[in-house]
Amino acid sequence: MAPLLQSSQPWVEKYRPKQVKDVAHQDEVVRVLTNTLETTNCPHMLFYGPPGTGKTTTALAIAHQLFGPELYKSRVLELNASDDRGINVVRTKIKDFAAVAVAVGSSHRQGGYPCPPYKIIILDEADSMTEDAQNALRRTMETYSKVTRFFFICNYISRIIEPLASRCAKFRFKPLSEDIMSSRILHISKEEGLNLDAEALSALSSISQGDLRRAITYLQSAARLFGSSISCKDLISVSGVIPQEVVEKLLIACKSGNFDLANKEVNNIVAEGYPVSQMLSQILEVIVEADDISDEQKARICKKLAEADKCLVDGADEYLQLLDVASNTMRALCNMPQEFPYEG
Amino acid sequence: MLWVDKYRPKTLDHVMVHQDIAQNLKKLVTEQDCPHLLFYGPPGSGKKTLIMALIRQMFGPSAEKVKVENKTWKVDAGSRTLDIELTTLSSTNHVELSPSDAGFQDRYVVQEIIKEIAKNRPIDTKGKRGFKVLVLNEVDKLSREAQHSLRRTMEKYSAYCRLILCCNSSSKVTEAIRSRCLNVRINAPTDEEIVKVLEFIGNKEGLQLPSGFAARIADKSNRSLRRAILSFETCRVQQYPLTSKQVIPPMDWEEYIAEIASDVMKEQSPKRLFQVRGKLYELLINCIPPEIILKRLLYELLKKLDAELKHEVCHWAAYYEHRMCLGQKAIFHIEAFVAKFMSIYKSFLIATFG
Ligand SMILES: Nc1ncnc2c1ncn2[C@@H]1O[C@H](COP(=O)(O)OP(=O)(O)OP(=O)(O)O)[C@@H](O)[C@H]1O
Ligand SMILES: Nc1ncnc2c1ncn2[C@@H]1O[C@H](COP(=O)(O)OP(=O)(O)OP(=O)(O)O)[C@@H](O)[C@H]1O
Ligand SMILES: [Mg+2]
Ligand SMILES: [Mg+2]
Repeated sequence: MAPLLQSSQPWVEKYRPKQVKDVAHQDEVVRVLTNTLETTNCPHMLFYGPPGTGKTTTALAIAHQLFGPELYKSRVLELNASDDRGINVVRTKIKDFAAVAVAVGSSHRQGGYPCPPYKIIILDEADSMTEDAQNALRRTMETYSKVTRFFFICNYISRIIEPLASRCAKFRFKPLSEDIMSSRILHISKEEGLNLDAEALSALSSISQGDLRRAITYLQSAARLFGSSISCKDLISVSGVIPQEVVEKLLIACKSGNFDLANKEVNNIVAEGYPVSQMLSQILEVIVEADDISDEQKARICKKLAEADKCLVDGADEYLQLLDVASNTMRALCNMPQEFPYEG
Repeated sequence: MLWVDKYRPKTLDHVMVHQDIAQNLKKLVTEQDCPHLLFYGPPGSGKKTLIMALIRQMFGPSAEKVKVENKTWKVDAGSRTLDIELTTLSSTNHVELSPSDAGFQDRYVVQEIIKEIAKNRPIDTKGKRGFKVLVLNEVDKLSREAQHSLRRTMEKYSAYCRLILCCNSSSKVTEAIRSRCLNVRINAPTDEEIVKVLEFIGNKEGLQLPSGFAARIADKSNRSLRRAILSFETCRVQQYPLTSKQVIPPMDWEEYIAEIASDVMKEQSPKRLFQVRGKLYELLINCIPPEIILKRLLYELLKKLDAELKHEVCHWAAYYEHRMCLGQKAIFHIEAFVAKFMSIYKSFLIATFG
């Protein structure tokens, strides 16, 4: 592997914390792992939570800190959904890896690293393993429990079977708060010599919705596109947030009670390529805050928004879902009855 | 060569629409380290054109020397070995494919290809450009599993491989993937922009355009530049010199759906439903995507209905389209929509006219 020029590394990788203590906002797991560094005791771990909150970072950092660069290769196995092919492969890989005993007398600190007498297996994207694969892993975990520690990482904990989950210490990674985001972003801006005003900073933190990776990607893109002075407007344009006027225009059309007008707006939104899932969240924000809409109307609209969001996740068509939302919003705002008159 | 291909701009400096985006993309790659990109926008809006021009910007004219290959991947899926065949387009610096063509085996393809690329990186004498670009089309059609299995790979191999993902509907791309890319929205060109492109082509071809002709085509093209250029060429083939009275030929399948719509407005009965089924089959056999059929049918019906019925009908269209993407056989759901419509419309007629 040829070493790469520093510049060709995306910032998300460049600023990936190398030490557990630098992982922001996830205090509980940081505390437990700091303890591990002292005592070398480590349970099996399960990290779960939304994208860009530090799960992979934390697992890689602790593994590096426990074993150091020399032993890392022989003591840490990183598997992810793109490596794993069916359970047989996983099992063989894990077996081969775990079966090579940790050399006797190696349970001492080496080169300043604790080097505990076990190996670590990191299963990233564990939520895309089939149930069968997970079940098969139970046995493997037990067989090698003396010499291995598992780190499972996933976005959706509900996809991990209970018997696996119950064998692990579970840690939920929270979306990063705006303060923490801002301070990480400021740090990076300083390192990269960027100039970010307060408004831009707070916009970036709020647009990224707790996903620090996203914030860093936006920052890097904006820096590339607009140079070292970055304004709030620049960030909004790279982030794909839908301009507020577009949302307002749709709602005005809904208030007018004119179906064709709303249909035209919906067509326009789809042609402009705005992501409808994003549109739904922005409609929600406006509706919830509005003070000229009654609670009952709000409830009707929100119920529909929730249904449409689910349909989109199932892969339903964006135009039809948004049109249905617009139609329901119109009927709620114009106090048309909730039931359809001609339903046969 | 068709005009759509002949007049596809080759470089970021020559695009006729999305000029601002093109200039931004140019800045984005000046230092050779662009992030992963996700291009999204409606059909025929110009995504592919920008992607090709961007790759050319990165690697120079050599990126245009592409070869088409039918590749077979041997994939070891637990107990069996699968053969997956896919068409790839590749140059020394990039590979393009549509993994969703592999159906539910798509995840194996995305897993294999990225590793293969990481292995065969082009070695440049200057020690620069140590990465390849992988273009994945239609990522919105990738299974969840395939999208999930891209997550860590995109990070792990980010030094060797940049992904350019392309899709129509970014709502169907998972949060975790979107978080790893710079998202680039490509809006459909406006009618004025389409007219500009058509006039440019007309000029290059040395055609006399009657006034308002390009505008009429643009109006009928539903803001798809590809469609506009295609129907422009069709008009040229059908009749030259072009006249201002010349009809812009509609698409056959759209005519056919308009017919279905008037069928169901005229009579609501099991017999009619049966006839309509035959026509729906005909459309499906001709590879018109089922959600397009449903949307077009809704469009035709909405043109004919009273305002009070529109809400109800659009609701059921959304309802059955959602069902359709959960189910297996599209025809059931389109037909269910037609039946539902007949029933609603009939009660409406009875309530209104007795
Ligand atoms: N808590 C955090 N502290 C510091 N940096 C973070 C944190 N969370 C995310 N980052 C930054 O975001 C990038 C992505 O984080 P990471 O890969 O750990 O996310 P993840 O939780 O594994 O997400 P996914 O579920 O999408 O895999 C890191 O490279 C780092 O720069
Ligand atoms: N920027 C542009 N300037 C001039 N002509 C363009 C431009 N972009 C696209 N075109 C024309 O429009 C046609 C369709 O564009 P393209 O294939 O890029 O669309 P697309 O967004 O990839 O569509 P789909 O989603 O259906 O694949 C091209 O063949 C080209 O002739
Ligand atoms: Mg991760
Ligand atoms: Mg295309």
